[in-house]
Amino acid sequence: MSRRVRSGLFLVAAAVFAFLLIWGLLGLPDFGDYRGPYGDVLQQVALPERHTPQVVGATTFDYRGFDTLGEEFILFAAALGAVVLLRQQRGEEKDEEEEQDHPADRQRRDTSDALRLLGLGLVGPLVVLGLYVIVHGHLTPGGGFQGGVVLASAFVLVHVAGRYLILQRVRPMPLVEITEAGGAAGFVLVGLGGMIAGSTFLFNFLPLGEPGTLLSAGMIPLLNISVGLEVAGAVVLLFSEFLEQWLLRGRGGGA
Amino acid sequence: MSFLPYAVVVWLLLVGLYGIVTSHHLVHLIVCLTVVQSSSYVLLLAIGYRTGAEAPIYKDIPPETPVVDPVVQALTLTDVVVEATVAALLLALAVQAQKRFGTVDPDEIVTLKG
Repeated sequence: MSRRVRSGLFLVAAAVFAFLLIWGLLGLPDFGDYRGPYGDVLQQVALPERHTPQVVGATTFDYRGFDTLGEEFILFAAALGAVVLLRQQRGEEKDEEEEQDHPADRQRRDTSDALRLLGLGLVGPLVVLGLYVIVHGHLTPGGGFQGGVVLASAFVLVHVAGRYLILQRVRPMPLVEITEAGGAAGFVLVGLGGMIAGSTFLFNFLPLGEPGTLLSAGMIPLLNISVGLEVAGAVVLLFSEFLEQWLLRGRGGGA
Repeated sequence: MSFLPYAVVVWLLLVGLYGIVTSHHLVHLIVCLTVVQSSSYVLLLAIGYRTGAEAPIYKDIPPETPVVDPVVQALTLTDVVVEATVAALLLALAVQAQKRFGTVDPDEIVTLKG
């Protein structure tokens, strides 16, 4: 099928699809006029039941905790899948890798002093910010997923600053893999704690504490921390794998 | 005015699909897929919105304040994570395609196979 025919076919199909979509969306409640029963219930029970003012966090890590477990393992499986896909490539190209270990040096020359200074200067604040977002997930907007990505971006900055060799030192791969796996396992273990305490999986078995303080909301902070570790590990792992491909290829272009 | 968020949803979905259909580059195609998926974030957040409501965080607001629906916000979080993982896996496959076929143009890959 030629590109032209395909585009024409798509435009016709898209027009029909758009019509059906708009027709369907018109049946939804008006924007700003939603009265969802689940949302209303959660808003009323989250603070008294879980001692957390952050209802989104309580929904994610407690009321929908089992779904979040699945979500975390989607990320775990995807990171694993990407590593497997890219590792096979690395085996194929082993000889090439030994020939050209200089792209890292070349990249260092391409990096300006200003970028390097700013990048390295931001690493510390970003690590602190990432940890802050993770441990305050039950109090303020944020949590394990967001904080984990912030934490991982600190490691990416080390690379942007042009120090691939340093990056390899601050990012020992076994440690990253253990962090990722430990985060994933942590969630399950906290969930199993509820069963050991004599109730169901992910039952809150910890004291709820004073609402609004750092040590409150039962197991939600623990789940946030394990998710944060898992996400940070997975993102650093993915970034390193793609970076390694880039270094193997010896240039930034192509795929 | 009240249909505007839903119109954005339709627009994002269709413009992303158009990008996928006409794409010449696998990475471009994957980015278009993330545009398609971002329409679902807008849809979820638009459904849960209430005029004049606060964010569902009872830190500095009295408990009776109307807030937007926290369930759809949690679902959006799931959506973002799934999108990121899908993009990562597809990008790894794009690297693989470049190595195997020597091209990242979806049309050329199909031609090579046929």
